[in-house]
Amino acid sequence: MRDRLIFTAQLAFTLLVAAFLIVPAALSMTAGVTQNYFRGIRSGLTLDWVAQVWDLYADTILRSFVIALATLGVTLVIGVPAAYALYVRGGRIARTVEEIITLPLAIPGLAIALALLLTYGNFSDFRRSWLFILVGHVIFTLPFMVRSVIAVFAATDVRTLDEGAASLGASPWRRFRDVIVPNARPGILAGALMVVTLSLGEFNLTWMLHTPLTKTLPVGLADSYASMRLEVASAYTLVFFVMIIPLLVAMQVFAGWGGRSAAR
Amino acid sequence: MSLRTFLSLCLLPLAVAVIAFFILPMARLVAVGAAGPHGVAEYAAILVDPRYRGTLINTVLLAAATTAATLVIATIAGLFLQRHRFPGRAVLVALLTFPLAFPGVVVGFMIILLAGRQGLIGDITLELFGDKQVWAYSMQGLFLGYLYFSIPRVILTIMAAVEKLDPSLEEAARALGAGPWAVMRDVVLPALTPAFIASGAIAFATAMGAFGTAFTLATDIDVLPMLIYTEFTLSANIATAAALSVGLGLVAWAILALARSVAGNTVAAAG
Amino acid sequence: MKPDHGVTVHVADCAKTFADGTRALEPVTLDIARGETVVLLGPSGCGKTTMLRLIAGLEQPDPGGRILFNDADVTAVPIERRNVGMVFQSYALFPNMTVAENIGYGLKIRGVARTERAARVAELVALTGIEGLEHRRIDQLSGGQRQRVALARAVAVRPSALLLDEPLTALDAALRERLRAELNRLLRTLGITTIYVTHDQAEAMALGDRIVVMRKGAIAQAGTPREIYFAPQNRFVAEFIGAANIVEAECRDGALALPGGRLPLANGAAGAVVAMIRPESITVTAPDGAGLAGRVDAVSFVGDRQRLTVAGAAAKPLQVDAPNSFLVKTGDRVGLKVDASAVRLLPDERS
Repeated sequence: MRDRLIFTAQLAFTLLVAAFLIVPAALSMTAGVTQNYFRGIRSGLTLDWVAQVWDLYADTILRSFVIALATLGVTLVIGVPAAYALYVRGGRIARTVEEIITLPLAIPGLAIALALLLTYGNFSDFRRSWLFILVGHVIFTLPFMVRSVIAVFAATDVRTLDEGAASLGASPWRRFRDVIVPNARPGILAGALMVVTLSLGEFNLTWMLHTPLTKTLPVGLADSYASMRLEVASAYTLVFFVMIIPLLVAMQVFAGWGGRSAAR
Repeated sequence: MSLRTFLSLCLLPLAVAVIAFFILPMARLVAVGAAGPHGVAEYAAILVDPRYRGTLINTVLLAAATTAATLVIATIAGLFLQRHRFPGRAVLVALLTFPLAFPGVVVGFMIILLAGRQGLIGDITLELFGDKQVWAYSMQGLFLGYLYFSIPRVILTIMAAVEKLDPSLEEAARALGAGPWAVMRDVVLPALTPAFIASGAIAFATAMGAFGTAFTLATDIDVLPMLIYTEFTLSANIATAAALSVGLGLVAWAILALARSVAGNTVAAAG
Repeated sequence: MKPDHGVTVHVADCAKTFADGTRALEPVTLDIARGETVVLLGPSGCGKTTMLRLIAGLEQPDPGGRILFNDADVTAVPIERRNVGMVFQSYALFPNMTVAENIGYGLKIRGVARTERAARVAELVALTGIEGLEHRRIDQLSGGQRQRVALARAVAVRPSALLLDEPLTALDAALRERLRAELNRLLRTLGITTIYVTHDQAEAMALGDRIVVMRKGAIAQAGTPREIYFAPQNRFVAEFIGAANIVEAECRDGALALPGGRLPLANGAAGAVVAMIRPESITVTAPDGAGLAGRVDAVSFVGDRQRLTVAGAAAKPLQVDAPNSFLVKTGDRVGLKVDASAVRLLPDERS
């Protein structure tokens, strides 16, 4: 009897917590398609707000995608070879390098953005282009790609495969191309999903680095929360959810397949 | 080409990018922090100047309160979810971890929808008590916001740790006569302590450095990230902003390093 | 005379089906006397651990099954209140407590005063021979030391029954032998009703007052070590304990008709029989004039004797023990002599 009571109490508690998290999200999603938030669903469903969001913010949404994909590209080119080198080298140097590239995760985005502004703020062309934001995103997402790839290397003992290929006469470059990269694919994919998701949602860095001409989706969101009516802000949030949730689901599914679950 | 050369080539782009866009700027930040009118003493200002110290204390207290509340909530829910199987459990777990990727801004909006001027709670209290409760735009709102993005993270870590618990320890305690509360107190909670420390540290560091949520809720909430922001953009006290940033960065990094030494793997703050 | 403490344990018609449908235990009934040490022996999956956990109170039997301690029905009593002492295979020592705190934990739960607790802990530390380790943490102990702490902890509360789940399996072979002897001495001293689970038949024979051989969720045979060894009731028990030669043959005129000769039997059996003969019951002789003979296929030097594989005497090769003084090599012909009383007939399970 007492066990049942404890179970029910815990269930109720957990449901309450879930409600705290989900109810506002659900509210915002419905508000985005409701004619009038105050009158609720009774006032009718409409896509007008979403259309308005598109009019106002299409360019920021597109820019966010461009930056996310560019970030992915850069982290792939920089991160995958580096992950290989670090994995093969091992030892204290590799660990120190890993520590350093992971630092941006410990330091608040605000601080990093400030640092970038102080150092490169004077190169006005660079400062005013979306590349400036790209730089911030790359620094922030790089450790996720590198760690994800190294994890896969370690789990599949790529070192032995590498040695096998070497014994057959393959040069380092050939080995990298034919053996290392194909075997790193799960890690690369998991890392890629993480990088894109993080880049799309990044705010702390981006807010400080942006200009009126280089806004991203989260920056737009902050704008709309401050200045737009609730329905428009909600519709914009809905657009963001629609973009981000498939990515989250893909990451969960992927993690379930034996990829490492990345703690964001 | 030799392996050494190839490996060096592999590391080159990373080295260039990290040095140019992280190490150099951080060094510059530290330098700028000491280049203001007060010189290196600027770094001590965070502890000495009553205004800054007040902000620091606010931030630390808020982060600590968030961490404590999150740990309690996540442990109760996490233990429950990991230990019981019932229809709908998977859905409940998904619901609880779904806000994991929300940026701070969106979380701020969630809180506004819950407790803002046109928020749900305000409407409910208006109906029930005739008095509209509005908390969103203050420390309480920020606290709720921090809870909002900490709970999913910490629940996942706790659930993973609960899964790894050795059931024979609890059976042994029960065999010795311990009732459920004693088993919890003497076996389960002590075994979860590393997970508490690791996830608690992440929650604390994230709360200390979170900007987006505070920014969305109100620009006059007195926490360190907002202070840095206003000093830089509104007051143009670059040296102060830089010094405060470095200080904040060091504190966050130190806490995470501590957590890592206990938990043994790399942990990261975000949000 | 071994003291007898503890309760009598009566397992009545207890079966166990797990939630995923696995049938771990068919309905079994078992009586364990006060102070007796009963060993549940069998291969993995035979249900011995399940039976132990039912007696402990960690699992509930299927409806209809009952567990009684001293004639009181404890089936519905959870383990926290059964007052059993349990030693787990992995020892389950609490890493957040010292050795002394581990041993005293059961007493602490029962509200025993600190001084009394400390005295009892000291008593057990002396009994199990771990003086000096009281303030160590668990991860600083060796396997053998952990085993002793686990035992001390289980015994500290003066349990009605002591339940041990393969306590020596986690140790290496040399340590296991040494600790087995110590464990035996300890169990005799304590005299508590003990139920001991193992898959190692040497352990079972050394420690048990009675052995319960289990197979596929049912009891294959229960009896004293000697009964089990000399009078197995079925083929499984015969082959599980010690080495056994199983001979299937026709019995005619009071003797088994074998390819290599005849083997006289004591009882007047006739027709097709299944007989068991232990290697040490067969004596090797010179081949001429022997009633039964065969050819040596292999010779194994075991240390204190030789183990010969003799083909041709029976349908399948026989394992025969010979003293080291008997000079023999592969290919030699040998005669075999078996005392009729050493041949045990087993039920024919082929039908």
